[in-house]
Amino acid sequence: MTKNCNNDYKMKFAVDEEFPDLSQHNNHMSKVLTKDIYNKLRSKSTPSGFTLDDCIQTGVDNPGHPFIMTVGCVAGDEESYEAFKELFDPVISDRHGGYKPTDKHLTDLNWENLKGGDDLDPNYVLSSRVRTGRSIKGFTLPPHNSRGERRAVEKLSIEALNSLDGEFKGKYYPLKDMTDKEQEQLIADHFLFDKPVSPLLLAAGMARDWSDGRGIWHNDNKTFLVWVNEEDHLRVISMQKGGNMKEVFKRFCVGLQKIEDVFKKHNHGFMWNEHLGFILTCPSNLGTGLRGGVHVKLPKLSTHAKFEEILTRLRLQKRGTGGVDTASVGGVFDISNADRLGSSEVQQVQLVVDGVKLMVEMEKKLEKGESIDDMIPAQK
Amino acid sequence: MASSFARILSGNRKVGILSLVGAGSLTVGFFLNREQHVSAGSSVRRIYPPSAEYPDLRKHNNCMASHLTPAVYAKLCDKSTPNGYTLDEAIQTGVDNPGHPFIKTVGMVAGDEESYEVFADIFNPVIKERHNGYDPCNMKHPTDLDSSKIRGGMFDEKYVLSSRVRTGRSIRGLSLPPACTRAERREVERVVVDALAGLKGDLTGKYYSLTVMTEQEQQQLIDDHFLFDKPVSPLLTCAGMARDWPDARGIWHNNEKTFLVWINEEDHTRVISMEKGGNMRRVFERFCKGLQEVERLIQEKGWEFMWNERLGYILTCPSNLGTGLRAGVHVNLPRLSKDPRFSKILDNLRLQKRGTGGVDTAAVGSTFDISNLDRLGQSEVQLVQTVIDGVNYLIECERKLEKGQDIKIPAPISQFK
Repeated sequence: MTKNCNNDYKMKFAVDEEFPDLSQHNNHMSKVLTKDIYNKLRSKSTPSGFTLDDCIQTGVDNPGHPFIMTVGCVAGDEESYEAFKELFDPVISDRHGGYKPTDKHLTDLNWENLKGGDDLDPNYVLSSRVRTGRSIKGFTLPPHNSRGERRAVEKLSIEALNSLDGEFKGKYYPLKDMTDKEQEQLIADHFLFDKPVSPLLLAAGMARDWSDGRGIWHNDNKTFLVWVNEEDHLRVISMQKGGNMKEVFKRFCVGLQKIEDVFKKHNHGFMWNEHLGFILTCPSNLGTGLRGGVHVKLPKLSTHAKFEEILTRLRLQKRGTGGVDTASVGGVFDISNADRLGSSEVQQVQLVVDGVKLMVEMEKKLEKGESIDDMIPAQK
Repeated sequence: MASSFARILSGNRKVGILSLVGAGSLTVGFFLNREQHVSAGSSVRRIYPPSAEYPDLRKHNNCMASHLTPAVYAKLCDKSTPNGYTLDEAIQTGVDNPGHPFIKTVGMVAGDEESYEVFADIFNPVIKERHNGYDPCNMKHPTDLDSSKIRGGMFDEKYVLSSRVRTGRSIRGLSLPPACTRAERREVERVVVDALAGLKGDLTGKYYSLTVMTEQEQQQLIDDHFLFDKPVSPLLTCAGMARDWPDARGIWHNNEKTFLVWINEEDHTRVISMEKGGNMRRVFERFCKGLQEVERLIQEKGWEFMWNERLGYILTCPSNLGTGLRAGVHVNLPRLSKDPRFSKILDNLRLQKRGTGGVDTAAVGSTFDISNLDRLGQSEVQLVQTVIDGVNYLIECERKLEKGQDIKIPAPISQFK
């Protein structure tokens, strides 16, 4: 049990003096955190020494945006979600559509349960991608980990990834010692991740000691990619050009299983529980942590009056082709599942597959000058 | 004052009185022993040996990286100050910011007064390197704020456009910006604003809190070049100094706009005296008077500044220890600045040049910011005299060049007087 001397020292000051000023704030944490809750939790720390103030620093430092609700708090370790449940439970409920503390999350990584998904029209669907995150049990998370821990996660990850064979055979590129040539190739492949610049991540301490312990692994085919020690311990990505989401999802599930087996052999499986599913740094990624999506050409549909409503009913969200917080270019959108917690991987990818198929049909109708009013779906 | 601070820090009030009596190092010792927290391993999570935690500094060029050997790291990594500040926290900014091949940054900060003692094995060599050989182990720093000792100090306004002296002060008993809690930061604000409210005469002024500033006030402060904003430099943000922005941050200035105090930016306080024109003497007089008045006012309430005879005034960054003083002018030197001997002349006069936007900016036209190089090992009076004498010499050179006469590189002046 790590004694947090700094937090003990802080306890000498009155709660009124320590409670943050959240009057200008608009994020999930600021909406939930009352002085009572703060008072109740401020003396606690997790076994590794993470405290409430550590969780909320990013939300205090980043008041948010009037239109976009950020989460405003992070976990420093697996135990954070339990130790600070009075904060995290309502934040999770607000972020994940009313998910209750008593709810159970279903995990389903059986790719065979996915129906269809291998026939999305490649004239419209330019690329398909599924990503998720995984945390390694027994290590603290990026906001809190020490250099020693981060390096240990990297070491285990390299071992796990180097054990992969067949279509998964690949190579690890540590950020620290990357050659210029390797760097250029990774940029050209759209694989390279860089030091975070978002104040949301920086204020949470996730960029400390950059680029120590960070790296990118990908298979020789360039269809399976793992980021090590960016915002989460691992970010796992399966992707390819075209519309065969089923193949992407199969590779995703099979690859994840193989990696997990190696970690389990070292008694460091993935963080998971039956209430929150896979445990990740940001509460927004709990559950499946899965974002399955396509880059799809929808120039007509995207300007249709009902586009937003269609997306909402299909439980999908749109982004620009640069990812989160970017704009669409040339009518091409990144369409992906909106949900993470409370439905399984298969269910979420199914929504993407079915929803994108429908939207491509709508686009084709609009191209012919026909109406799509009878195609508007019911709320899923 | 019935706040929780009054009760907690009553121990400090005794400390304050001891220091008034002149028991400098005794005070520091008393202060360090008031809590039995300085012990190995109590707040640092040690699953891995120091060798697994030692940062990779191979690509780094800052003072911390030059002196933090694996042995020093191993010795200090389990320690923490009474408030729980650790070595890893102190060096985080230097690990995250490898530095520049030409500009050597310091690469570490103090989280509280005790940091300089608990982590002396790394701070001492860093201080020695940064302060051009001042050895904290066997030298004493002189403090002298008696402005009457200044000779001259009225510059030719044909050349000198403005004069300015700045320093910082920390409130003893409260953690520094990298480590302070919200409560401590708010207490710094209260203590200092309370004291500033007691200033009279030409020092009468007003406080503008960053959290409740009106748009109009903000615009006026920008126009006066007084407003400071949330730090963007990664050197500062990686050290945690921008946390909770803008809570408990603000600007105070006198009605005449010649005396300005920043609260809770990079230090507890930054104190600035400035005027257009060349009357450095008056700028320094007001500087000393204002500082001494503020000190008197906080002492009335049982507070005092962080100071000791080894390191002078204690500030967040080791580069500002000693006097924390930068006295400078904006001076126009069209001919001298193009002379190839300009840099050498400045070096020998122990002056440094900056652009008119401050540190890391370029000069506009031929107007430079010229100020003292040193901070630690010489007193305020000595450093301001150095600037006065040096700038006069530069002006003389400029005049000579105007008349087509030759100039001389002066002999290097001695550093520690």
